[in-house]
Amino acid sequence: MVLREELLGDAEVGDKVRIKKESQSYEGILMPSHRFSKKDVITLKLKNGYNIGVVCEEDTGIEVIKKSKKRTEKKERRIEIDEDKPKISILGTGGTIASYVEYRTGAVHPAQTADDLLYSNPEIAERCEPEVEILFSKLSEDIVPKDWVTIADRVVEILEEGTRGVVVSHGTDTMSYTSAALSFLLHGLSKPVVLVGSQRSSDRPSSDAHLNLLAAVELAGSDRPGVHVVMHDSMSDERCAVHRGTKVRKMHTSRRDAFESINERPLGYVYPNTGEVEFEEEKKVEVKKGLERKGGIDERVSLLYANPGLTQEDIRDAGKKEGVVIAGTGLGHMNTNLIPALKEVIEEGTPVIMTSQCLYGTVNGHVYSAGRELKEAGVIFAGDMLPETAMVKLMWALTLDEEVEKVMKENISGEYTCRRVR
Amino acid sequence: MTMSEKIDHEELGLKVGLEIHQQLDTEKLFCGCPSEMVEDEDGTVLRYLRPTESELGDVDRAALMEAQKGLKFRYQTPESSSCLVELDEEPPHGPDEEALDIAITMALFMDAEMIEEIHFMRKIVIDGSNTTGFQRTALLAIDGALDVNGKKIGIPTMCLEEDAARSVEEEDGVKVYRLDRSGIPLVEIATDPDITSPQEAKEVAQKIGALFRSTKKVKRGIGSIREDLNVSIEEGARVEMKGVQELYMLPEYVEKEVTRQVTLLEIRDVLDKRDAKVQEKIYDVTEDLKECESSIIRGNLKRGKGVYALKLEGFDGQLRGEDGEALLGPELAEYAKKTGVAGIFHSDELPKFGITEKEMKAVEERLDIGEKDAYALVTAAEEDSKDALQNVIERAKMALKGVPEETRQARPDGTSVFLRPLSGEARMYPETDIPPKKVESTRLKRLTDELPERPDEKIERYQEEYGLNEQQSRQLFRKGYDLLFEKIVEEHGSPSVATNMFLHTYPDLEKEGFEVKNINKEELLEIFRRFRSKEFAKEGIPDILKGVSQGRSVDEALDAAGLESVGEEDIREKVVELIQDRSDFVEERKMGAIGPLMGVLMKELKGKADGEKISEILKEEIEKRI
Repeated sequence: MVLREELLGDAEVGDKVRIKKESQSYEGILMPSHRFSKKDVITLKLKNGYNIGVVCEEDTGIEVIKKSKKRTEKKERRIEIDEDKPKISILGTGGTIASYVEYRTGAVHPAQTADDLLYSNPEIAERCEPEVEILFSKLSEDIVPKDWVTIADRVVEILEEGTRGVVVSHGTDTMSYTSAALSFLLHGLSKPVVLVGSQRSSDRPSSDAHLNLLAAVELAGSDRPGVHVVMHDSMSDERCAVHRGTKVRKMHTSRRDAFESINERPLGYVYPNTGEVEFEEEKKVEVKKGLERKGGIDERVSLLYANPGLTQEDIRDAGKKEGVVIAGTGLGHMNTNLIPALKEVIEEGTPVIMTSQCLYGTVNGHVYSAGRELKEAGVIFAGDMLPETAMVKLMWALTLDEEVEKVMKENISGEYTCRRVR
Repeated sequence: MTMSEKIDHEELGLKVGLEIHQQLDTEKLFCGCPSEMVEDEDGTVLRYLRPTESELGDVDRAALMEAQKGLKFRYQTPESSSCLVELDEEPPHGPDEEALDIAITMALFMDAEMIEEIHFMRKIVIDGSNTTGFQRTALLAIDGALDVNGKKIGIPTMCLEEDAARSVEEEDGVKVYRLDRSGIPLVEIATDPDITSPQEAKEVAQKIGALFRSTKKVKRGIGSIREDLNVSIEEGARVEMKGVQELYMLPEYVEKEVTRQVTLLEIRDVLDKRDAKVQEKIYDVTEDLKECESSIIRGNLKRGKGVYALKLEGFDGQLRGEDGEALLGPELAEYAKKTGVAGIFHSDELPKFGITEKEMKAVEERLDIGEKDAYALVTAAEEDSKDALQNVIERAKMALKGVPEETRQARPDGTSVFLRPLSGEARMYPETDIPPKKVESTRLKRLTDELPERPDEKIERYQEEYGLNEQQSRQLFRKGYDLLFEKIVEEHGSPSVATNMFLHTYPDLEKEGFEVKNINKEELLEIFRRFRSKEFAKEGIPDILKGVSQGRSVDEALDAAGLESVGEEDIREKVVELIQDRSDFVEERKMGAIGPLMGVLMKELKGKADGEKISEILKEEIEKRI
């Protein structure tokens, strides 16, 4: 196999080249390799716009016809900002909601600057006076618990500066973890904090980013305080659902209505095309004093998925951390043979929280003997709190100067729903 | 305006290139859905599309023009033939391997050079026909060629791509598409502009169509093969015409496009002579038309809309000919309509539509219209009118230069209508969700070994092997009966009976309303097996086919047709009986009695005995008598 690097020599991406093979020669622009291309393949953009892959062989020759020009400067673009409109802050943290495609190579880049984000969604400026800031640019799968604290601190600062509300743009994979973290970390919140993302990147004509972002801006401009996630409500580009930050979960890998409120209905809806925001229930705005970031995040918490193959050793490993959350089976169970190991962990002072991998419904330690044994071992049953929310909450609770069990059982940010009607 | 009676296409430098899109009969290209058109709508989903911004801040010219029309679409999502992939709710799966095989087979047929690693691209299309806003397409092979009547036609590119959703209706200004067609694999074959006459366009298309059919895995019927045409004449411009569905009409489309270009060039010359100009100024003439009788204008004025005008200096008589022949008028209107207005009024067609000379006079005065000038009117809200007239300005300026490069939509009557400017180059970027596909040499070898017989070879073989004539051979192939035919003949012989059945009995039965397409291969083989074992005569075949086409089994159909076969002894008995009955007649006519008696016997024995056999026995028995 002849590797493309050996063959390419001085030829660089963007150069016009001619590749000669035994029976054929190809002329085109040298492209970066497709991320799934084989190592011996050169990607070329032909004059007709198509990319093709040419296999490097012993007798393959390459000739640079024309070196690429320096990258064209970006065009000056101006978006009119109306300072009479309500001021909304948009905090970028990454994800595909503000990505753009580099047509030359087809590479999709996340927005690197505030302008990138605004230019890919210019409609925002029609609804508010946007203040755009890129806090960091990470794929959501790469976000770590420390980042939640960074976001929380910046949100507190921004809200103190007097903006109407904050929109946090975020990758969708771990968005509900961040929304849960902000729900606990932001104390005394009397303004809207809205997390938003997109399931189809904004470089595509069919992206859901624009509708979601407009909905988020509308909600951030409303007087509904709290941490919310706003995303498509159905596969149609019609309305977006408002989910509570602690009750929301990504329930589909790819659909644009992947986000669902679990164990409760969405709190409300936003119709981005008309700007209408409606809530299921009226809520009096409590003007709280003293917005602050309360507590921190201790990331040393395990989330364990109960399953028939789980061993005592798995339990002990998980117990080496400062806290354990179990996504139990059914009503909050696990193999009773594992309970002694769990007991050891708890006796060493590590809190163990029980949730359900069913997600829908609440755990209950009284129905079956396994539940009773777990309770006796000291496992804290966490009602209908989502496993991920429980994990984030425990990370937070561990940093507070309060009894962990008490904090975990208290309904702090709507993470418990007392009545489930469906 | 005079138009030369007979157009000499060669002298005009006519060049035609074809792009042929053939649907493949496999699963869909990027998901496991069956590629079937269905009647159910199931749910609908509402979507918006917006042009994407490239790094340079340029939105494609064609995409932008579509965007002006408002980009809201509704999709019907029949579950039997579409899934989340077509809805752009799930990433595409890898390309269908069978579709790839067929596409490669076509490339082999055309001696094209295979691309070693195939890369799917996203071609931006935001007319709503793709939920994604782009069509996925890959270049598969280049530099092929075809021999058509001894002339070499270059095949520069062959692509494998996905079909678009089909437009089913327009509901309150929202286009409705059904996703059943979306994602059906298409092979696109483009020819070089080597075609120089309208007739040749058809011949090339026929040749390519025949090659497709010989792979046996392509869809048949209306809409399964679509042709785009590229037409230009020397002084004209390249015009792409999309969506020709009737192959036999290709020459007409070419002829009409040539006529259109010639007319536009003649108009250009007149405008040039007159030093014609297009003013950029748009006039508000609402005041001049407020008493107007036109119901459209009246209605619009009532709703607070207005009437706006554009002066076209030196354009008089060039919008519409004196004999009513459409000139620039429709072209201007088509551009205006792209902004959403219903159309335009222009001075060459007025007074009409409730606009009187009095109102014309007022407008003419306001615009300072001279003897050789023309004008266009639009009625709509101010912003919309201005957008529409801006497009008219653009198109009128192009008229000064001659023929604009554009993409046009073929209409069923052989004409075409403006669709969008010819697409720029910035329309394609890589489909990052689909890994590139290396075409392995083992695959090429397998497909080369399995290469189907080419149409010409097959037609020749039929003549040699089965004694058919050329026309019969061609028709069997063209109608798609060749494989069935070969199977029948291979197992049971009787090529001429089978040919007759496919080429004559089938069309006859269809005319009578029998659904012969319901008859499957197993049933046909069963019918021929029994025919060979002389259970009935060939004359019985039509009646059996009728029964089977109505859902009967071959057995039931045989019974129903009363075709229990009559053996030689029985025939002889019947013949002897008849000769005795008519002994006087036989005495009198001698051998001359054969004809009339044959008629009687055939009626009685129809389908139960072979005609030749009957005739033979009759002859013998009469000879015995005389």
